[in-house]
Amino acid sequence: MAVADNKTDKPEGWNRPPVMEPDGEGELLEVAMGPHHPSTHGVFRMDVALDGERVIRLKPVFGYLHRNHEKLAEGMSYLGSMPFTDRLDYICPLTNNWAYALAVEKLTGQEVPERAEYLRVILGELTRFQNHASSIGFLIQEMGASGTPLMYAFREREKILDLFEMLTGARMMVNYMRFGGCRVDASAAWLDAARKVVAGLPGFADEMDRLLSGNEILMARTQGVGVLRSELAVNAGVTGPMLRASGVNYDIRKVDGYGIYNRFNFRVPLGDHWDVYDRYMIRLLEMRESIKILEQALKDIPAGPVMDPKAKLRGFRPKPGEAYGRIEAPKGELGFYLISDGGPNPYRYRIRPPSLINLTVLEDMALGENVADVVLIFGSVDIVLGEVDR
Amino acid sequence: MLGEGILKGMAETAKNFAGSFISAERLTTVQYPEERIAPIEATRDFPFLVYDGADWEAGLRCVACQICEKECPPKCIYIEKSADKKPDFTGKLQFYPAKFDIDISVCMSCQICVEVCPFEAIKMDTEFELSTADRFGGLLYDRKQLAKSNEHYRKIHPTEAAQVDARLAEGKAKADTKTTNAAIAAAVKGAEIPARTPAGGD
Repeated sequence: MAVADNKTDKPEGWNRPPVMEPDGEGELLEVAMGPHHPSTHGVFRMDVALDGERVIRLKPVFGYLHRNHEKLAEGMSYLGSMPFTDRLDYICPLTNNWAYALAVEKLTGQEVPERAEYLRVILGELTRFQNHASSIGFLIQEMGASGTPLMYAFREREKILDLFEMLTGARMMVNYMRFGGCRVDASAAWLDAARKVVAGLPGFADEMDRLLSGNEILMARTQGVGVLRSELAVNAGVTGPMLRASGVNYDIRKVDGYGIYNRFNFRVPLGDHWDVYDRYMIRLLEMRESIKILEQALKDIPAGPVMDPKAKLRGFRPKPGEAYGRIEAPKGELGFYLISDGGPNPYRYRIRPPSLINLTVLEDMALGENVADVVLIFGSVDIVLGEVDR
Repeated sequence: MLGEGILKGMAETAKNFAGSFISAERLTTVQYPEERIAPIEATRDFPFLVYDGADWEAGLRCVACQICEKECPPKCIYIEKSADKKPDFTGKLQFYPAKFDIDISVCMSCQICVEVCPFEAIKMDTEFELSTADRFGGLLYDRKQLAKSNEHYRKIHPTEAAQVDARLAEGKAKADTKTTNAAIAAAVKGAEIPARTPAGGD
């Protein structure tokens, strides 16, 4: 059987069309998984061609949740797009806010007060923790462990969402960050509540570890499945936990040191086997690193304003130019590319969504695997359709 | 030993199962609508218009400047400016909204209208039980439905309302000093003019 695998040491180039010949006699079975498949967490379709149980071709089809976000933003003031960014990756709205605020701040040369930077780090890492927790829960649920790890993850997520609501007024559609700081200041009571929640997070990470990491069924289902070679991952532009599980040391928090990330002491976990189990394990380890950052940030947070008093909320016109602001969102590199022509609206507004770009290697990972494992591989990519389709 | 990991995991679930009967913080289910959890102060859902005093129509703080209408990202606010003017809380003559509608089926609770309002006239409510059988007219709120008293605002967001009240009091004090100063200046000027005339005559 001629398999255009990505498991050889010398890939010929990632854009070569994946080819797999069917094995022996018989016809291929074409199946449309989705758009209403329970494993796709939204409206997403995978057109798979099967030879028996093995996947011969896989074509991802998306666009069912397209909401015209980029074009809408071009007709709207800079401030007006901020609440819409909450609706990209609705599991982690605060990091979306942050990336957009960073891009506009780069465009206008706006400074951010120190307390606001600390608050952004705290909220960003809380977001990363709850995203990784629920993404592990969803991954395990797709293996057939119906609910228990997911419910444990959601129990923890609920506490973090309560913190978000206490500070921003909403659990998910937060609309919190502004160009030049944050909208409201965190009270001492909120910081105490956050410290209390963060003190409970290591216990949850240990619990997940004991519950899942050594489980023989999980290991049998995930180890050696959906291997993504580092060369292919780099060439395809994959970022985030997916890339680090493929053994590439690339974390924008370390590379760019945006905000104040270079002040914190944390490590970047890397995978060694490049399979689904590694992607699960990387997320678990990143949760632990997030807790480290949270503890340091909550200890050091200074007093002061959270908003630059000179910052303008509305009616500002950035000088003609362009800016690209990117952050390490929980799912990968989230970037906003803005072009200003000197008007009150961006001339061009483009999002680099990690979910969409990580999804492009789905076929390469799934070829030759069983159809039951395709669901698992798809789950390990960790996507949100709101961000894929925008 | 094969199966050790599974047994370890099951010990964890057993601990959680037993814990859900004992630990008070784990007993989280609330029988809505008979029981309700305590609301979080910062919670927001849909905007309302603040009025001072007893009469909602006379006390509306809104001066129909239409900034919120312009800035609203989903464009759910419709305002018509009045032809005549009414005095606001500082006594200055201002326009008022002859029509102020919010389509809450379009509103996405982003509170940008609150942030851009220079008159502290629009604030976020916490009322969420708004279901109605009429999906068009029933969800298009006019200014009478939107008007709520400052006491209501103080009740739902006490910290924020205290800050707003302080800011308004400061603004009013400034306006009062300005009028007083203007009156004094006018009086002084009026007094000076006759005083100067004889001096100029010399």
